[in-house]
Amino acid sequence: MTQLAAPAVDTHCPYCALQCGMRLTGARVEPRQFPTNGGGLCQKGWTSGSLLTSASRLTTPLVRVDGELRPASWDIALDLIAHKIKALQAMHGADSIAVFGGGGLTNEKSYQLGKFARVALGTSQIDYNGRFCMSSAAAAGIRAFGLDRGMPFPVTDVGKADAVLLIGANPAETMPPFIQHLTNAARSGGLIVVDPRRTPTAEQATLHLQPRPGTDLALALGILHAVVADGHLRHDYVAERTTGFDAAWRIAAAWWPERVERVTGVAASDQRRAAAILAAASNAYVLTARGTEQHARGTDMVGAWINLAMSLGLPGTPGNGYGCLTGQGNGQGGREHGQKADQLPGYRKIDDPAARAHVAGVWGVDPDSLPGPGRSAYELLDALGTETGPKALMVFGSNVIVSAPSAGSVGDRLSSLDFLVVADFVLSETAARADVVLPVTQWAEEDGTMTNLEGRVLLRTKALSAPDGVRGDLDVLRELAIRLGQPEERFPVEPETVFAELRRASAGGVADYAGVTYDRLRAGEALHWPVPSEDHPGTPRVFLDRFSTPDGRARFAAVDHTGPAEPIDDEYPLIATTGRVLQHYQSGAQTRLVEELLNAVPEVFIEVHPDTAERAGLAEGVLARVVSRRGEMRARVRQVSSMRTDTVFLPFHFPGEQRANLLTNPALDPTSRMPEFKVCAVRLEVS
Amino acid sequence: MSARRVVVVGYGMAGSRLAEEIRRRDRDGERTSVTVIGAEPHPAYNRVLLSAVVAGTMTPESTQLHDAGWAAEHGVDLRLGVSVTSIDREARQVALDDGSTVDYDALVLATGSQAWVPPTEGLQTDDGSLAPGVATFRDLDDCAAILEHARPGAPVAVLGGGLLGLEAARGLAGRGALVTVVHPVGHLMERQLDPAGGAVLARALGEMGIEFRLGRFAARYVQGDGLKLDDGSHVPADLVVVSAGVRADTALAESIGLTVDRGIVVDDSLRTSDHRIHAIGDCANHPMTVSGLVQPAWEQAEVLADLLTGVDPAARYRGTPVVTRLKAKGVDLAALGDVHAEVDGDAEVLCLQDPVRGRYAKLVIRDDRVTGAIVLGSPDAAATITQLYDAKTPAPTDRLGLLLGRALSSAGPVAHSPADLPASSVVCRCNTVTKGQLVKAWRGGAATVPELATATRATTGCGSCTDAVCGIVDWLARA
Repeated sequence: MTQLAAPAVDTHCPYCALQCGMRLTGARVEPRQFPTNGGGLCQKGWTSGSLLTSASRLTTPLVRVDGELRPASWDIALDLIAHKIKALQAMHGADSIAVFGGGGLTNEKSYQLGKFARVALGTSQIDYNGRFCMSSAAAAGIRAFGLDRGMPFPVTDVGKADAVLLIGANPAETMPPFIQHLTNAARSGGLIVVDPRRTPTAEQATLHLQPRPGTDLALALGILHAVVADGHLRHDYVAERTTGFDAAWRIAAAWWPERVERVTGVAASDQRRAAAILAAASNAYVLTARGTEQHARGTDMVGAWINLAMSLGLPGTPGNGYGCLTGQGNGQGGREHGQKADQLPGYRKIDDPAARAHVAGVWGVDPDSLPGPGRSAYELLDALGTETGPKALMVFGSNVIVSAPSAGSVGDRLSSLDFLVVADFVLSETAARADVVLPVTQWAEEDGTMTNLEGRVLLRTKALSAPDGVRGDLDVLRELAIRLGQPEERFPVEPETVFAELRRASAGGVADYAGVTYDRLRAGEALHWPVPSEDHPGTPRVFLDRFSTPDGRARFAAVDHTGPAEPIDDEYPLIATTGRVLQHYQSGAQTRLVEELLNAVPEVFIEVHPDTAERAGLAEGVLARVVSRRGEMRARVRQVSSMRTDTVFLPFHFPGEQRANLLTNPALDPTSRMPEFKVCAVRLEVS
Repeated sequence: MSARRVVVVGYGMAGSRLAEEIRRRDRDGERTSVTVIGAEPHPAYNRVLLSAVVAGTMTPESTQLHDAGWAAEHGVDLRLGVSVTSIDREARQVALDDGSTVDYDALVLATGSQAWVPPTEGLQTDDGSLAPGVATFRDLDDCAAILEHARPGAPVAVLGGGLLGLEAARGLAGRGALVTVVHPVGHLMERQLDPAGGAVLARALGEMGIEFRLGRFAARYVQGDGLKLDDGSHVPADLVVVSAGVRADTALAESIGLTVDRGIVVDDSLRTSDHRIHAIGDCANHPMTVSGLVQPAWEQAEVLADLLTGVDPAARYRGTPVVTRLKAKGVDLAALGDVHAEVDGDAEVLCLQDPVRGRYAKLVIRDDRVTGAIVLGSPDAAATITQLYDAKTPAPTDRLGLLLGRALSSAGPVAHSPADLPASSVVCRCNTVTKGQLVKAWRGGAATVPELATATRATTGCGSCTDAVCGIVDWLARA
């Protein structure tokens, strides 16, 4: 049974990157004043405590015997895993074992998972679900500014702005308390929302631009064109703080708003109005999210929005800026400390000899023993069980069979593995297919740090003890490492000890945590990285003096519109776009177990314009069959008159035949390797 | 196999685009060598932006299509300030006025068009050049000439009430010039508008200070005085801007015996009557294309680049649906397709006239598809209608909503009192709290907003529903 820790404990919500402050008394949740949430919580946060005592919780390891998952002791489960790893690696080499992490894991776990893969397994095959989340914004941010920190300013700065341009962001449902930071812009007549759907966020906007899905880049070029043509360009800023404007402008010059209108469906006058609103503002922000990032050209799309922000002189000036709204709880920290295929801790590059030498020194291993870059998330999943691909996969904190694109073929890949291990605290759809399932702790049952959407490092404090039979991920990694022949002191189990090592490993890197300590966090210090030393106050606002590029200037990207990877045609005449509802988080593995949330949204639905539904013979509330080149699924029809007639919307939180990702297109961005979740061609049929 | 030698005559919107499209497909020049010959000494510029230059919102430099180093970076042999003197079709060789020659495997004529100047007395001097105080509106030099005279308060006459003439007129009026548009037809933009639409447009532009003489020809121009019209009336003008249409520049094509009609006749492969010579842009005459617009020229450049590089030998150009957008500040006009259908004819025609507010909307629908439209003063409707026209998708059954756009709000009826809200209506979205739940909690004793928040969690997310919850408390307290 769960034991209630006596006093109330201040911590943060387990879900999104806003990391709302909350107070836990046992499993009872109360909101708490914290800058990101201002004392608010959404329904997911309020109900998050119920999972701590959920009957659906896993409390014993499960091992597949004769095709069925059966309870087993930890020793049997761990011995079996170690045995399988050794046998497969002896036969097929180190890379035959792959690791898949998650953006919900703490910094300590992300760090330790990367170290476990590179040192204990010696495999290059590690990536994580953040590749499906933040990778395009990260790649575009690095290209433009030399550094990726989702919001390079505190989130409360946005609340003081009189204009905010949100692109592909629906925080009213995905991070509801964030909406309070948009109130000033909305009241000032300066909230502009770009979204193919009229979302609850768009409904609050001064100006809602509703482009055809996949045409965001053209829209960004049109608004940039309007900025220049209507005399809003900040010439001084462009000359002093940036490079590459001319090449970017030559492309945008060919995209006058009337031409853009024809491609996007966004009125030319609305493009001009958006430019004028942003230009007239005293303080303005441009914020992107998944809607414009999850494309096969996502990096360029974000680059085009950054270009726009730079043309208006926003990034790196006080009270203005560009940022991305990070999604997962530790989407920021999770992409900094080495669970990414091409990275080492501190946001270091794995192919940089100096980075390898530094990290190997901290780890006490030979730099040459560290593997090189591995496959990106989808490419990794797509290679599983193939001749040259990994034979075994270990999943931590992810539910790929629901959340990966072209989910049907990902399921086939998982089936062809020799061995699948999943560590989770519920039996997710992916765990249900595993050979071994390891029951691990939840957020409130252990200490750990998270880095929120503004790059602030937060301490989540243990509020109650885990049920008997459950172990922490750090514990699991340590036990496996020892079984694989690692010295036990190399894989400590105390989060604070791991964090101390992470600080050293990140020291001198881009995401420098060297000066962050648990004691400083306990004392309530607001520490935004980089924090290079213990007497350093942190960096709430980066780029005010210079950008992190070699010459200190931000770089315009010469990007042009080309359109989605899969255009619609007679056979698949509709554009499907995927997204989220307020009540569910990611694959829904957690939130679907919360009765109150499940009752609110019990199953997948498809939003369709009434005319489009009628032409397909689909009445309100019936089940539709939705078919793409990758697969088909079923969803209940919701007729929504604000939808574009050429577009349908599906939330992706549901399992089995309700998976939106059975349809999605795994076309990948050439730089970020982000799949095209937001646009694929489908048709509707009567189920 | 050696690279195919492509020679492009003309470095304007079409020629420069073709060079770009070829290099996009054949970056390293493995399949093609490209030579571009431009008669003007300066780099190509974007003619679409000239209205913005006249309006003063854009500098001439920012209309440049390529940076100075573009050609070198992309392996294009660009020869500026030289003209073609002759073409030897037999030898497949072009002779230039600098004495050099260039051999070709494929020759592309992208010579564009020239402004047509009506035979009004006094507009041209004896040698055919424009009289002082007269300018056409085709290139950057014209813009410079126009701006020289367009001082605030200066009288300016624009000859021609077509698309370009009106854009020039609007730009000049915005600079404070006193503009009069003289147009020989009874309504403006007669190619794109019906008479009623043209009348509303004239009224809208009239409110910006532009005067119109419709159905009138200019009979005579006197420098320093202005125009005398065919009805004997007088239009004062320090400057006359001639925008009376364009003529395809076909002189070179005619000189070598290619088939020429209104332009150089081309087929779906953009081939002229000589299979090694192509033509694109304003100088070309494709059966399905209206010339004078940039979109067809750019689409032709894409098709021709596919063919010349061999990337897609099956590529064909089959015409571009024309959507006319007037780029004039404060006036939003879109016109497309067949706009002359009558309301009582065989097509489904919807029409709205609201001249006082500068709005006119006409929608022509056949077989459930938009086949024509005029949308003036309703920009978001124009955007939606254009997409339906381009995609040939069925028009929404809510025709009126389509016609009016945001003017007919998509939002449902607004509840003025909490009493009008259905019980199932969600008041607090962050916590999915309905009006019904709030009423129930109130009846259970939660009488204030904080008490309702404790009971239902309403207002505890982003807080933006606090006013609505207050309203419900007041309503319940009064009830």
